[in-house]
Amino acid sequence: MTDITTRRLPDRLGSSWKAGVLSWESLLVLVAIGIFIANSFASPYFLNAWSLSDLTFNFTEKALIALAMALLIIAGEIDLSVASIIALCSTLMGLALQFGADTPVLVAVGVAVGLVCGSFNGVLVTRLKLPSIVVTIGTMSLFRGIAFIVLGDQSYKGYPASFSWFGQGYVWWVISFELVLFGVCAVIFYVLLHKTNFGRRVFAIGNNATAAQFSGVRVDRVRFILFCLTGLMSGIAAVLLTARLGSTRPSIAQGWELEAITMVVLGGVSILGGAGSILGVVIAALIIGLVTFGLGLLNVPGIVMSIFTGGLLIVVIALPILYRMMKERRA
Amino acid sequence: MKSLFKHREIWLGLAIVAVILAVTLRFPRFAEPSFLLTVFNDTSILMMLALGQMAVILTRCIDLSMASNLALSGMIVAMANAAFPFIPVPLLILGCVVVGAAMGAFNGLLVWKLNIPAIVVTLGTLTIFRGMVFVISGGAWVNAAQMSPDFIQLQRSVFLGLPVLSWFAIVVAALVYVLMTRTPLGRAFYAIGVNPTAAVYTGIDVGKTKFYAFVLAGAISGLAGYLWISRYVIASVEVASGYELNIIAACVIGGVSIAGGIGTVGGALLGALFLGVVNNALPVIGVSPFWQMAISGAAILLAVVLNARGERSKGRVILRGA
Repeated sequence: MTDITTRRLPDRLGSSWKAGVLSWESLLVLVAIGIFIANSFASPYFLNAWSLSDLTFNFTEKALIALAMALLIIAGEIDLSVASIIALCSTLMGLALQFGADTPVLVAVGVAVGLVCGSFNGVLVTRLKLPSIVVTIGTMSLFRGIAFIVLGDQSYKGYPASFSWFGQGYVWWVISFELVLFGVCAVIFYVLLHKTNFGRRVFAIGNNATAAQFSGVRVDRVRFILFCLTGLMSGIAAVLLTARLGSTRPSIAQGWELEAITMVVLGGVSILGGAGSILGVVIAALIIGLVTFGLGLLNVPGIVMSIFTGGLLIVVIALPILYRMMKERRA
Repeated sequence: MKSLFKHREIWLGLAIVAVILAVTLRFPRFAEPSFLLTVFNDTSILMMLALGQMAVILTRCIDLSMASNLALSGMIVAMANAAFPFIPVPLLILGCVVVGAAMGAFNGLLVWKLNIPAIVVTLGTLTIFRGMVFVISGGAWVNAAQMSPDFIQLQRSVFLGLPVLSWFAIVVAALVYVLMTRTPLGRAFYAIGVNPTAAVYTGIDVGKTKFYAFVLAGAISGLAGYLWISRYVIASVEVASGYELNIIAACVIGGVSIAGGIGTVGGALLGALFLGVVNNALPVIGVSPFWQMAISGAAILLAVVLNARGERSKGRVILRGA
């Protein structure tokens, strides 16, 4: 899907203050503020510390995956198997629970399984030179299929209370552990992508993998690390989600791969690779959290919310394009 | 003879025969023509959808919204049938195709006029169309009792020894085959997939060609909407949920290159048939249904790996060279 005719250089090459104000992130901030104001008018229950804290549970787990997925998409790859990785992590945590594992072991199992699944994707993509969209469609069925084989139509329950804390606990008054973890991860990924050589290599690979290879970037190693990172973040998300729900079912997190990709794309990451920022992804995650929570307060069913998130995705992306077209027509 | 085996369709055909033979060892009735026809009939809808998806993938786009399109046009036609049972079924089918094509046109217009990447557009419409199903139905189901007998029976009735559902697949396959191999539009699909810049210089309107590919995929999804609803006699929000990736998997197994420009009607049909045979074979030989997903996932990976080897030997670089 790398279409030459639609491909543009990233707009952010020059960095004047004007470019900063007119950036994608400021458009997203405006959208977020608009939705926030609309929410507070629409429901009297919205502006309240506890419900705002509840709101964060709507997006933190998916956004953790979106952080890593952003790097992957900037490098020109994609991972459709993240939701299935969550299912497999959660299932194997449940299995460990049946053998009497305690909280530290459960967390270790979840994170390790995520890492293994991610590296499996990475090996397939880099060793066999296959398009990642194809590989991860396969592993998507494979990972969730293994979860179905292990679980059947059963579900695992009875996680210890100390484990539940990861999904339900609060670090400081109303600030949940999930939110703090997301904040820490967002900062780590921000530094990784925008302040390190590794991040520069990710952008270089997304813009032109062949040129990156010839300028000394070990393209396949970077790709492999990115798949491992995505798997790792899926594993962490699996720990949080399982702890929050307190149960494991093979159908857990169904459809999350597309929601995480929606956050990444809405955040201004080019699906063709080579452009994007972590800040945008964080704001986009917040927007999606705001929309789903606000509509939830208005008793809008989940499936109808998807019309709004899908419409938002298309409208927000179409707006700058329409604006540019109108400007070109006038000139 | 040697050149014959260079075609991946031959290898895929052999793989399907091998699966059938292996299953026959455990369950002799599997190879009987009547049983094979059942498998074919079961796979008809997937085959049609795979052909529509192939047209889109050939132009370097992807349509993730096909399954949602199927659910929405299916729900519309089921509700129309429940409310006005006197409307003749052929008219309903036509309506389904038009509604599906309109949704495809919506995708196509966004890709053509606004130049938004197809994966982004259809990711959005995937959720929009599915949500619309809920909006128009209010979350309610349309069940067998509400549908008219004609509506349910049409695709079950047997014509020349085959159910009408199978005939739909055969006719659609024939039409798409003619479109792909005998018309300027079909040639344009391949041309812009292989090299969009060169296609522009030969006078092909790249955006418009993509638009037509989306309309085709939409029309087929609409038709599949009617067929799915009348086959499983239930219309609900959940219809074909997550099926979009099965459709893409069928294309990928059939050797349609996700980077565009490569793929044949025969390949896409065989890819769908391969998934259909595997899925039909598992319950027959007593494999628990819980294994089904993992086995088809492994089959997809295996087919993809074999395909990639075939492509590389031709020296063709796809998607990336590094």
